[in-house]
Amino acid sequence: MRLYLSIDAVAKALGSEKLAAALQAEAARRGIDLVLTRVGSRGMVWLEPLLEVETAAGRMAFGPVGVADVTALFECGFGAHAKALGLTEGIAFLKRQTRLTFARCGVVDPLSLSDYRAAGGLAGLTRALAMTGDAIVAEVTDSGLRGRGGAGFPTGIKWKTVAGAVATQKYIVCNADEGDSATFADRMLMEGDPFTLIEGMVIAGIAVGATRGYVYLRSEYPDAIATMTRAVAMARAERLLGASVLGSGFTFDMEIRTGAGAYVCGEETSLLNSLEGKRGVVRAKPPLPALEGFLGKPTVVNNVISLATIPVIFEKGAAFYKHFGLGRSRGTIPLQIAGNVQFGGLFETAFGLTLGEIVDDIGGGTLSGRPVKAVQVGGPLGAYFPRALFDTPFGYEEFAGKDGLIGHAGLTIFDDSADMLKQARFAMEFCAIESCGKCTPCRIGAVRGVETVDRIARGDMAAIPLLTDLCNTMKAGSLCALGGFTPYPVMSALTHFPDDFARTKEAAQ
Amino acid sequence: MPDQTPPTDLLTRTAGIVAAHLHLEGPLLPILHAVQATFGHVPRDALPVIAEGLNISRAEVHGVVTFYHDFRAEPAGQHVVKLCRAEACQAVGADALADHARARLGVAWGGTSRSGVTLEPVFCLGLCACGPAALVNGQVVARVDAERFDEIMAECGA
Repeated sequence: MRLYLSIDAVAKALGSEKLAAALQAEAARRGIDLVLTRVGSRGMVWLEPLLEVETAAGRMAFGPVGVADVTALFECGFGAHAKALGLTEGIAFLKRQTRLTFARCGVVDPLSLSDYRAAGGLAGLTRALAMTGDAIVAEVTDSGLRGRGGAGFPTGIKWKTVAGAVATQKYIVCNADEGDSATFADRMLMEGDPFTLIEGMVIAGIAVGATRGYVYLRSEYPDAIATMTRAVAMARAERLLGASVLGSGFTFDMEIRTGAGAYVCGEETSLLNSLEGKRGVVRAKPPLPALEGFLGKPTVVNNVISLATIPVIFEKGAAFYKHFGLGRSRGTIPLQIAGNVQFGGLFETAFGLTLGEIVDDIGGGTLSGRPVKAVQVGGPLGAYFPRALFDTPFGYEEFAGKDGLIGHAGLTIFDDSADMLKQARFAMEFCAIESCGKCTPCRIGAVRGVETVDRIARGDMAAIPLLTDLCNTMKAGSLCALGGFTPYPVMSALTHFPDDFARTKEAAQ
Repeated sequence: MPDQTPPTDLLTRTAGIVAAHLHLEGPLLPILHAVQATFGHVPRDALPVIAEGLNISRAEVHGVVTFYHDFRAEPAGQHVVKLCRAEACQAVGADALADHARARLGVAWGGTSRSGVTLEPVFCLGLCACGPAALVNGQVVARVDAERFDEIMAECGA
């Protein structure tokens, strides 16, 4: 009998390891020859740990499975059981998705290169190896892919700049410092399909003439670090990395580097300083990292999802990828639906769904069953959207048009018990804790921001225009997105939820 | 637990760690991680050895060590519990959990209880659809409420 069980951190955090041991023990007790394959997560977090059994019709899912369910599952032969969900592929949450970047995640053994190949892996690289560097860059440009880390800069343009730079050494740096709350797409990808990221980095290296790559991976992701490290070693052993990639004559090798708990290192220039062994302080731009990046050399800095999407673009073609999406937001985006939500998880889909469809139809509203009050889109630097803006289509320009941003596509849902003044205060507090200290609007502004929100909380309404003014200063004067975007959550809370800021002195006392 | 490593041993082992990382491009963070993995913290006495090995100033090493939340100046308790304080966990009760945890352990953030548990904040573990999340001695735990926290403490013998 063959079973599949997720090994993603989400499944582990919800008890998959005890479940795995119980499954093995029960199979042994019954004399059943059990093959338990550990896979990544399908992204349906409310169903984790998700257990699948191989049948002639396909994989049948059960979830969420606990140790207490094991005996009964064997008893019914993994058939009719209260936790049975039918064919995994038939589950509505999965069926409605367009899985391109995450096609293999949750399906294959993350650390089997033969599984990877069998599921279409390396087809993109094989095609790219037959192309010139310029043609590879043109393909990426044509696909319309934009930086999935949040900035939305066209990936092909960035690659073109690095390709055109003349230097003795160039680098590919993968930004895996996924620090935004509500985002876990990078983690899931690295834990569930690490070879996709490696393949994407190899293609990037060949395209721009870089022979070395680094993945800067946050220390808060111990499981992803372990999986990526093993995957890189396996890729090297199988000649996917090294002196002659798949026998092509191209050289590319890479290393996994661990961050050290600084949120600001998700900002590309701060990340580069950190990678060089310096304080993670933001650098002024120009020079662009594409021209003077890691150790002063031309460097492609791309997010995990941007790089992990490269293989499917080469496997299926730029036109295929570009066909999905809305306006200038082309292709698919892995939405991460989180917080107080009934059906939370990762949902990869073409750009263009409205916020309301994502929150109500896909997410099923709040877990608490109370009305949705606000949705923070794009992490701690993203705006809080009220229900009145639920018709906003998910796209870079569309969200910018509503004074928000899509960021890394994480959505945190809050029910009506949320206090938006408290959330605004937290945004400033977080900025104060994580500020690198280089520029004044961020370093001092965030501290003053906390104090100003506290004044409003005490019923001092005169502090409201002061907060607005401070936000304008931070937005216009900060060196990077930390200070520059902290005003988004603060101002959106203030604008859309004014009642939470209208505290009377009596109530405050 | 006080650091009982004799300084000479500390210096030798630190020098060994530095030497093992010199071939890397940008070796300082990997060195600091290795030092912390070896000693449980980054001892003050290790900094001059690192500075010398990398041919940079002590001030520079000090600046880097103190910039990052991960590096400890003092050893942690026997158990380290990191509670997520970020928005997605806040939306499902992280603040109440944090209050409970600090009250139960009788410590502020960063403190170590008499029972040997160090409580630290963390901003996102990527477990945002099953919060509140925690990292207990390096192991991820999800949907932690006050009751679950007490169970975890009991498992730690604290």
